[in-house]
Amino acid sequence: MGKRVLLIEDEPNIIEAISFILSRDGWDVATHSNGHDAIDAVHARAPDVVILDVMLPGKSGYDILSELRADTHTQNLPVLILTARGQSKDREMAERVGASRFMTKPFANADVLNAVKELVAP
Amino acid sequence: MGNLNALVAVSLIYVAFLFGVAFAAERAAMRGKGNWLRLPIVYTLSLSIYCTAWTFYGAVGNAARSGLEYITIYLGPSLVLIGWWWGLRKLVRIGRSQRITSIADMISSRYGKSNLLAVGVTILAVIGTTPYIALQLQSVTTSLSAFSNAPSDSQQLSATAFWVAGGLAIFTIIFGTRNLDANERHYGVVMAIAVEAVVKLFALLAVGVFVVWGIADGPADILQRIEASEKTTWEINGGRWAGLIFLSAAAFVCLPRMFQVLVVENDSEDHLRTASWAFPAYLMIMSLFVIPIAVVGLDIMPEGSNPDLFVLTLPLASGQEGLAMLSFLGGFSSATSMVIVAAIALSTMVSNHVVMPIWLSSSGGGATVSGDVRNVVIISRRLSIAAVLGLGYLYYRLSGGGSALASIGLISFTGVAQFLPVLIGGVFWRGATRNGALAGLTVGFVLWAYCLLLPSFGPDVLLSQSVIDHGLFGWSWLQPQALFGIEGLDPLMHAVLWSTSLNAVIFVVVSLADFPTPMERLQGAQFVNIFEHSSRTPSWTGGVAKSEDLMIMAQRILGAHEAQSLFEHEAYRQGVSGLLPEPNAEFLQVLERELSGSVGAATAHAMIAQIVGNASVSVQDLMAVANETAQMMEYSSQLEAKSNELARTARQLRQANEKLTLVSAQKDDFLSQVSHELRTPMTSIRAFSEILRDNSRLSNAEKRKYSGIIQDEAIRLTRLLDDLLDLSVLENGQVALSHQVAQLGTVLDQATTAALSGAEGALNVVRTGQDNVSLRTDVGRLSQVFINLIRNAQKYCDAENPELRIEVSLKEDRLRVDFIDNGTGIPSVSQEAIFDKFSRVNPQRAGGAGLGLAICREVMNQLGGEISYLPGQGGAAFRVTLFAPLSLAAQ
Repeated sequence: MGKRVLLIEDEPNIIEAISFILSRDGWDVATHSNGHDAIDAVHARAPDVVILDVMLPGKSGYDILSELRADTHTQNLPVLILTARGQSKDREMAERVGASRFMTKPFANADVLNAVKELVAP
Repeated sequence: MGNLNALVAVSLIYVAFLFGVAFAAERAAMRGKGNWLRLPIVYTLSLSIYCTAWTFYGAVGNAARSGLEYITIYLGPSLVLIGWWWGLRKLVRIGRSQRITSIADMISSRYGKSNLLAVGVTILAVIGTTPYIALQLQSVTTSLSAFSNAPSDSQQLSATAFWVAGGLAIFTIIFGTRNLDANERHYGVVMAIAVEAVVKLFALLAVGVFVVWGIADGPADILQRIEASEKTTWEINGGRWAGLIFLSAAAFVCLPRMFQVLVVENDSEDHLRTASWAFPAYLMIMSLFVIPIAVVGLDIMPEGSNPDLFVLTLPLASGQEGLAMLSFLGGFSSATSMVIVAAIALSTMVSNHVVMPIWLSSSGGGATVSGDVRNVVIISRRLSIAAVLGLGYLYYRLSGGGSALASIGLISFTGVAQFLPVLIGGVFWRGATRNGALAGLTVGFVLWAYCLLLPSFGPDVLLSQSVIDHGLFGWSWLQPQALFGIEGLDPLMHAVLWSTSLNAVIFVVVSLADFPTPMERLQGAQFVNIFEHSSRTPSWTGGVAKSEDLMIMAQRILGAHEAQSLFEHEAYRQGVSGLLPEPNAEFLQVLERELSGSVGAATAHAMIAQIVGNASVSVQDLMAVANETAQMMEYSSQLEAKSNELARTARQLRQANEKLTLVSAQKDDFLSQVSHELRTPMTSIRAFSEILRDNSRLSNAEKRKYSGIIQDEAIRLTRLLDDLLDLSVLENGQVALSHQVAQLGTVLDQATTAALSGAEGALNVVRTGQDNVSLRTDVGRLSQVFINLIRNAQKYCDAENPELRIEVSLKEDRLRVDFIDNGTGIPSVSQEAIFDKFSRVNPQRAGGAGLGLAICREVMNQLGGEISYLPGQGGAAFRVTLFAPLSLAAQ
């Protein structure tokens, strides 16, 4: 059984694409598409790595990440921020709230795969 | 007997000598070496122009005819100088501080700078002085003819008079209009007349000594002769004596030429102290030998010889030609010095108060350059001098040079005595007014002319015998020599009494009844309180100024640092140790110039004058200060207006800047949103195209599905770009509308069909209201709005059986089309925001980028209508409104 990835993303086509890419590589992919209960989803799924969008309905990705970092259980959970907002201030914001990696959309499929792999590597 | 040629030669040499003296004095004054010019004794001697030929020759004649009465002519001035020198000091101080140029200027300045008064005084002074000048010309010519002992050929005498007048005019023009200094002082002339004063005193003394010890046997013999003479009964007529003393005292102050030397030419008030004893002494010496000469003359000269010429004829009769020549020069000196100063005084008045005002007003006021005016002043002075002497000569010719002139001295005195009330009143009484002065002077002069001047020409010349005997219009109380029925008075005393007393009374009464103008009040205060306003020093050189006071003032105006460095620099230049320079003239000038840069010239002058304390601030100074202040206020109000304008501009700029900042932030925000909206479909497109490329073993269904996604996202991307461009065009107002007439119902039909074609789900569209309205609008754009609204309902209506109700209503000039669905509607917090770009109520469910309603709003703006959210309708509800100008309601 592969490692568990939780994809928190609201755009259905992007969910489908990333799910396809990671599944093909043997990852156990779970998806969640809103910000409201994203924290609960993390706790419920206990993923090895999280891919987090920023512009989510209900709660922004940054807020979710901040809460995760504040919680001892998820303090060190690898989180990849994946966003369509590619400005430098967005990257700074992501680093400040504790993102493990920051990537912008559109992305090369291989880059996302490699990033996820690196994040769970010991 | 006499050697006329030798006399003429001596006279010419004497005149040349006087030229030399005047010239040397002028040069010395110009080089600043003329300290000897300012000696008190020079001032005292210059006062001797009081003693004219009339006194030189006439005193003896007077004594021969009327005994001691001639003394009165000397007593008046002596009393003034001894008893009233403090009054003279006041006149001198006023003259200096107000820069008075003549008695006319003095009187007009005191009474509010009234030019009418100045002109009046000038004319009266000319009338009063012209006969006097004629008298001097006559004395020179008759003494000449006495000397030559030739029968008086009137033709020849006239020619002599003409040449004398011409020569005097030239002398006066040369030394009287040499410089146009503001203080009107003529050192050359003053020195020349001082020399002449010595000459005439010396001549009279020489003749007297010769008469007493040469002809008679010393004083004892003279006393005997006096006892023996027919005039032993010389009585003193008290009334007439008092009158004459008063008259000569008044004339001493009021004669234009006396005012000139006494006040205008005065260099220092201290000179009055010397003059107050020296001039009476001079007069006493002048009068010393009058009686002896008269008595001896009456004794030894043939019966019928003219006693007025005893001074000349006694030495001639004794064969003392040299003495006679000296005597002639004495008389000549007396005549010429009087004429010269009188001409200067009168020409100043005529030029300043008559010619210049006329010239200035006719040449368009003060717009001319100062050099120009200077030339005009000099020319007008010179012409005035020539005119004054010309008038004197003319009078001499017309009066025939006869005995009519004999009494002219006292007549002239009485005339100028009319200035006395306004002069004294003006200097000592603040209540004196211009109208009072005008009235008093007018009354005085009319009476003088009527009672004294006109009758003096003899009956039937200017005044008919019947008027003299029976009064004007036959009214006996208007008899010129017995006014108001008062008879038995000496005609001169009668005239003096009436003219001066009525003059004074009218002057006082009118002044009391009158109300002075502000200018008169100011000047009145300046004149009356002159000693409170000014100190005695005549120029900046006084050194009374306290450097420290100047420093305090300069610091206030220039600022502490600048003032201190200026003072330090000046002290260094003067070689004075410390920071305070000596307040000498040079330093004061530098300071004044420095200050005037800050506060204006007039103010600076007034301030320094106040501290140095040697000149009162005159009304002209005050006016100049007021002028400057007005200009500064004008300037500062301009500055204020400018500054307000700048503040307004700055505010506008700030507002514009705020707006630009806001717009810039909106633009950044917008670009960021656009970027996000573009990246989302592109992400899907790229991800799936890579999947298709990298995974060859995909099933056909997967391939179809993934390429379908790519296609959808590409379409979405295109639509987004279209919307963006559309919005941009709409927002910039560059949209080209194509209006056409259409039926609202038809437009709604077509929009519904277009919106629902190819859409998923079933939206039930219900239409209500009167939609058969024809309107003229851009049908395509209006459809775009309708389609957008129908699609929104179709996409977002979350009811189980979604239904959209389209209600058309016409209210007054408004056509309203409402789109109401049966879903949950839009939360009230979002109702305002939904028309903003990229705003979506629920992004998860939105297919678009959130531009639709923003475009609808812009379209409705372009069409002249509006779109708004209609709250409280249950579901989502939008109202499209079209206003009358665009909706041509049919039916």
